[in-house]
Amino acid sequence: MKRIVTLETRNLCESAKNGGCGECQTSCQSACKTSCGIANQACEKAAEKAESEK
Amino acid sequence: MVHQYKLNGYNIVIDTCSGSIHSVDEAAYDIIEMYKSHSADEIANVISEKYSISKEEVFECIEDVKSLEDMGKLYCPDNFEPLANTFKERSGDVVKALCLHVSHTCNLNCSYCFASQGKYHGDRALMSFEVGKQALDFLVANSGKRRNLEVDFFGGEPLMNWDVCKKLVEYARSIEKEHNKNFRFTLTTNGVLIDDDVIEFSNKEMSNVVLSLDGRKEIHDRFRVDFAGNGSFDKIVPKFQKFVQSRNNKNYYMRGTFTHANPDFMKDIDTMLDLGFTELSMEPVVCSPNDPSALTKEDKEIVMDQYEILAKKMIKRKKAGKPFTFYHYMIDLNGGPCIYKRISGCGSGTEYMAVTPWGDLYPCHQFVGDDAFKLGDVWKGVTNKDAQNEFRSCNVYSRPECADCWAKLWCSGGCAANAYHATGSVKGIYEDGCDLFKKRMECAIMIKIAELDN
Repeated sequence: MKRIVTLETRNLCESAKNGGCGECQTSCQSACKTSCGIANQACEKAAEKAESEK
Repeated sequence: MVHQYKLNGYNIVIDTCSGSIHSVDEAAYDIIEMYKSHSADEIANVISEKYSISKEEVFECIEDVKSLEDMGKLYCPDNFEPLANTFKERSGDVVKALCLHVSHTCNLNCSYCFASQGKYHGDRALMSFEVGKQALDFLVANSGKRRNLEVDFFGGEPLMNWDVCKKLVEYARSIEKEHNKNFRFTLTTNGVLIDDDVIEFSNKEMSNVVLSLDGRKEIHDRFRVDFAGNGSFDKIVPKFQKFVQSRNNKNYYMRGTFTHANPDFMKDIDTMLDLGFTELSMEPVVCSPNDPSALTKEDKEIVMDQYEILAKKMIKRKKAGKPFTFYHYMIDLNGGPCIYKRISGCGSGTEYMAVTPWGDLYPCHQFVGDDAFKLGDVWKGVTNKDAQNEFRSCNVYSRPECADCWAKLWCSGGCAANAYHATGSVKGIYEDGCDLFKKRMECAIMIKIAELDN
């Protein structure tokens, strides 16, 4: 596309089918402790997959 | 839902429900804005005149927009609401993370402390090994099939009860294999008691350490003083530097708080960088609006501006081969959280709880000391089911204000404690916090787009 560049992002609709394992980090257990944001949480499944593909 | 904004020369389009992000030129930006409310001919007339491009080119771009819509990457409908409670229902009473308040006392006397100098508006106390051990047993027994269990040593100042922290780690390690669990420990400290033993043990056992430093010496020492009123900057900075270097400059956060005294927190970020720290977090103070350290409306404007300056600085430093991390700008677009996590919130009161030195359970560290929120204790488990259910039903869709918010799948509905303190309900929203959060996300996404240029 000439005028639009689409970044590669996780397909959220697709994640409804295979997500929800609950292994990811609890949001507040890291550096904030006073707010909530899950944007910076990594998916453990994705991390495991990346590790096994190494 | 589509959110469009311009920042640092980029035209950015976020499609909330698909999670798609597009970087577009000026004409496409306007076309996307008009697409749902105007005909193709109307769009072509306006855009071709405004940007001096042919109508054919406009039609071509409209086709591109349509194909993104067909692929579910633009104007994706929000079909997630029915999933909102399924994750927590499926998880049942599983607990996977505890914030262990091993010390309700502190060796600093910071007036802005949300935990009232570590006492949480109660008595000073240290957690005994027996209480901590029971908390770990409670966690293992209630963790179901979850393998990764998180335990944060928190306070007050946890190093004032360091021997118990060490014994608890040893105990957890002694039982994790037989239960097929993997404990991840973290330590949050003001640094005063860091010594070689703390460094050595933490580097072996703590997956992350959070070190409190507010930045500039005069800013840090304004609040972070001992009980005689002496600033702690000179005492802790060399310890932090030694600690961080010994961890190979990884797996830590230098965590600062900004208040009415330093809404211009970039100067504090600069100080942290000058001191050699690269994993940084700066958080707005959490306090009553009447507190002298509370951020004012004018401060908020400064803070919004500071976030942009920070983002630009990160891009520049990365290009120059001197990158640094800002906690709230960390987003993993490919490997980030699934939709269940995004809509169900932080898990406070359900999969995450705080434990007081006496073994009482609270939904999170920010509710400790408020009796109405006491959930139970580590021996009997959760007995206050009404309070727990209030947290269990917290999610993006339980907050009406979040319905039309483009950032809802990034913030997960926000912090229940902030909402409670701002509105009296854990299902409210903390508007100022929302505004800052949205600004941070806009900046974080802009950084990702800027990285494409490199």
